[in-house]
Amino acid sequence: MSNKAGGIIGWIDDRLPIVGFFEDHLSKYYTPKNFNFWYFFGSLALLVLVLQIVTGVFLTMHYKPDAELAFASVEYIMRDVEWGWLIRYMHSTGASAFFVVIYLHMLRGLMYGSFKEPRELIWLFGMMIYLCLMAEAFMGYLLPWGQMSYWGAQVIVNLFGTIPYIGEDLAIWIRGDYVVSDATLSRFFALHVVAVPIVLLGLVLAHIAALHTVGSNNPDGVEIKKNKDANGVPVDGIPFHPYYTVKDIVGVVVFLFIFSLVVFFAPEMGGYFLEHANFEPANPLATPEHIAPVWYFTPFYTVLRAIPNPFFGVVAMGAAVIILFFLPWIDKNKVKSIRYRSTLYKANLFIFLGAFIWLGYLGMQSVTPMASQMALRLSELYFLFFAVLGIYSTQRSAAYYLFWFVAFVAIISVYDVYRNNADIAALTWQTWVIPVAYLFITLVLAAFTNLDQDKPVPERVTG
Amino acid sequence: MKNIAQIIGLLVLLCANNSFAAAGAGPIFHMNVDTGNQKSLQRGAKTFVNYCLSCHEASYSRYNRVAADLGISEANMRDNMIFTDKKIGETMTVAMTAEQGKEWFGVTPPDLSVKARSRGADWIYSFLKSFYLDEKAARGINNKMLAGTSMPHVLWELQGFQKLKGDDQHADESHADDGHGGGDHSPFVLAVDGQLSAAEYDRTITDLVNFLVYLSEPAQLQRKSVGIGVLFFLFTLGVFAYFLKKEYWKDIH
Amino acid sequence: MSEHDVDAGRRNMLRVSASVVGVVGGAAALIPFVSTMSPSAKALAAGAPVEVDISKLEVGQKIQVEWRRKPVWIVRRSDEMLANLGEVEAKLRDPSSELSEMQPPFAQNSNRSIKPEVLVLVGICTHLGCSPTFRPELAPADLGPEWKGGFYCPCHGSRFDISGRVYKNMPANDNLEVPPYKYLSDNVLRIGEMDEEQGVA
Repeated sequence: MSNKAGGIIGWIDDRLPIVGFFEDHLSKYYTPKNFNFWYFFGSLALLVLVLQIVTGVFLTMHYKPDAELAFASVEYIMRDVEWGWLIRYMHSTGASAFFVVIYLHMLRGLMYGSFKEPRELIWLFGMMIYLCLMAEAFMGYLLPWGQMSYWGAQVIVNLFGTIPYIGEDLAIWIRGDYVVSDATLSRFFALHVVAVPIVLLGLVLAHIAALHTVGSNNPDGVEIKKNKDANGVPVDGIPFHPYYTVKDIVGVVVFLFIFSLVVFFAPEMGGYFLEHANFEPANPLATPEHIAPVWYFTPFYTVLRAIPNPFFGVVAMGAAVIILFFLPWIDKNKVKSIRYRSTLYKANLFIFLGAFIWLGYLGMQSVTPMASQMALRLSELYFLFFAVLGIYSTQRSAAYYLFWFVAFVAIISVYDVYRNNADIAALTWQTWVIPVAYLFITLVLAAFTNLDQDKPVPERVTG
Repeated sequence: MKNIAQIIGLLVLLCANNSFAAAGAGPIFHMNVDTGNQKSLQRGAKTFVNYCLSCHEASYSRYNRVAADLGISEANMRDNMIFTDKKIGETMTVAMTAEQGKEWFGVTPPDLSVKARSRGADWIYSFLKSFYLDEKAARGINNKMLAGTSMPHVLWELQGFQKLKGDDQHADESHADDGHGGGDHSPFVLAVDGQLSAAEYDRTITDLVNFLVYLSEPAQLQRKSVGIGVLFFLFTLGVFAYFLKKEYWKDIH
Repeated sequence: MSEHDVDAGRRNMLRVSASVVGVVGGAAALIPFVSTMSPSAKALAAGAPVEVDISKLEVGQKIQVEWRRKPVWIVRRSDEMLANLGEVEAKLRDPSSELSEMQPPFAQNSNRSIKPEVLVLVGICTHLGCSPTFRPELAPADLGPEWKGGFYCPCHGSRFDISGRVYKNMPANDNLEVPPYKYLSDNVLRIGEMDEEQGVA
């Protein structure tokens, strides 16, 4: 404490070290100077979290968690409460915005290897936040008590029912009834409004604390702490405040501009953010003709539907989420940033991204034979991405690549033979091309070209 | 190659809006919604209270809000549009209970407050144009959009009765091309004349559906104008924020 | 961060102006949040003016109606009650309702009503919100020989005369509230609304 503050700040600082805290985390917290566009989404996620909590508090003042009153109370907010419509649209748009921001934030982590040593714990806390967010969004979606709320909850809770032996009892316990009912609504309300947000806030704190311990990664994947000046300040580091605060403010304003475009001009977002069928009150006796989860769940929903066995479908869906936790131990390549990774690594990531988006699209569509074949093929690509990522951890021999190529093609083909029947034979063998082509690109090309060569990483950050 | 074509087909679909795509048969007719047309909303409200509000409720909507939003004076509202002893601040409910509705119609007539948001304007518009005479139906009337509907053709005085084209070889040819129900695309021909011409009937239900769209989200009348103000503000703030950022980042090399 | 000339003036100007714009926006954003807590259209509708027919209200009788979920009393006073109003004036804290807030102008006199005999009051004690009892009789045993009829609050013993005016040295300091009201016809009252001219009188 070189220059001691006086006045009120000084008085408080003697009792609670706020000056030191401000310095440690803002004005003397050194961040790489080369952050790009992708580095806005962390602070934006924090902004959306605050927005959701504040709008949520005001909605709670008017909402009634009662099966008889819930739907009407939402319309009451939309009509009778002064500015209630704005608060409600901010909250409903905020839910989707949260996932947009979080998905881009996670993609950033994938691209620049932000999950790698020494940041594994940050990634794990982040994944837990993502899981909590899914639970939060799912339970919140029940609250308007529309048809989609009701049947969506019915389907998701029944997923637990597919677990052998305990499933049925577990599903009944979750609902507190034989179907989704008032009891379910009340407990989801309690969890959505109190329990999960508390856990979420704790995890966010842990996420940021872990980040501030090891410091941020950057688009070059270079550790700035390895290169310090005489005062112990990283030469490629700049204080978070004021440089990144002023930069993040620009990001926040741009985000709010886009957010407002949705809130004020397209709050339903063509049925993606607020589904049309959800303006029909919940009716336990009639399922809507077409039922689809909200867009942010659809990739995993498609994985679920791709497997013809309910229990293994749930397992696959769970695995699709859980596998992300293990990313730091799957991709052990020392090169962090996509900038210095091989061409094939880039292709692999790009295909994965495409598969994920396409899976999401399929989840919103009704099932056709072609769509369900594609769902399976894209799910295969989804999981194969991680396998290939593991293989790319270091330079391998041609034989190694070819071995795994043959092994994966064999596994896929055996499963195709096992599941094949006359009805889908043609489609099965036509779409067989997709995973095989993928494996050819990522493994055979790696064996016979030098497209699997990573590039040298510079000593210092560039640009 | 066939599978590649199918994959491309799926990709093309990816860009299309899925909003109502999967909800059964699509609407037969299309209308242009214009909630900015206050006169149309007023006419629609009049039709609504006269023809719909005796069975259907709009239980989330208040008379005084409708009056204020549509530029109708409260006195006018009280005298001409409230047929019960309801107060102006009360919601647009009906005296018929849900049980009575079920007894009389087989199903409780649904609340129309948010119908336009769940069904969409085109669906309701098409529904109101798609009643036709059908000997096989229980009440002699069926609907192309909602087969076996228990709703009677409430607007028959205005529209008259129509029947399916080709349903009756002896259909009166003089009605065949009077443009009723959208000209050549219409699957119907008029069998019994109503008080209104085809064009007048279309205008009446356009107004009505326009009103229902307003009713499904009254805030939409203010929403966009508030939004423009907010965007304008954010743009201004953005300019300041941008130059502030640039100024500070002059330090960084 | 190498040394170069920082235009401190420009930097400061930008910081201040961006902050001002930001604070203005933040304050504007508070408006919708704060307004959600004011009475909703539902509450306003429930608090709408109430119409009362008083043709069957007899002399000396009190009826109670509900307006904004508060009890509102309507009393048709006898000539004797009106005559007594002058007698108690010396013992009252605020005989012409000048100190008390929330009074329509027509209530700032001894009868505190539009028609002298018809008294309209919000039946809530101005001390801590209990509902006083109607005691029209003269000199009952419990209220003493001086009692000329009025209202008595059982919670803390505040006394009001038959126009709802508070006596001196009572827990309550203000006269009972007279709600805004007007006559739609001779015998029909509308509580919760005043004629313009009475409002500014």
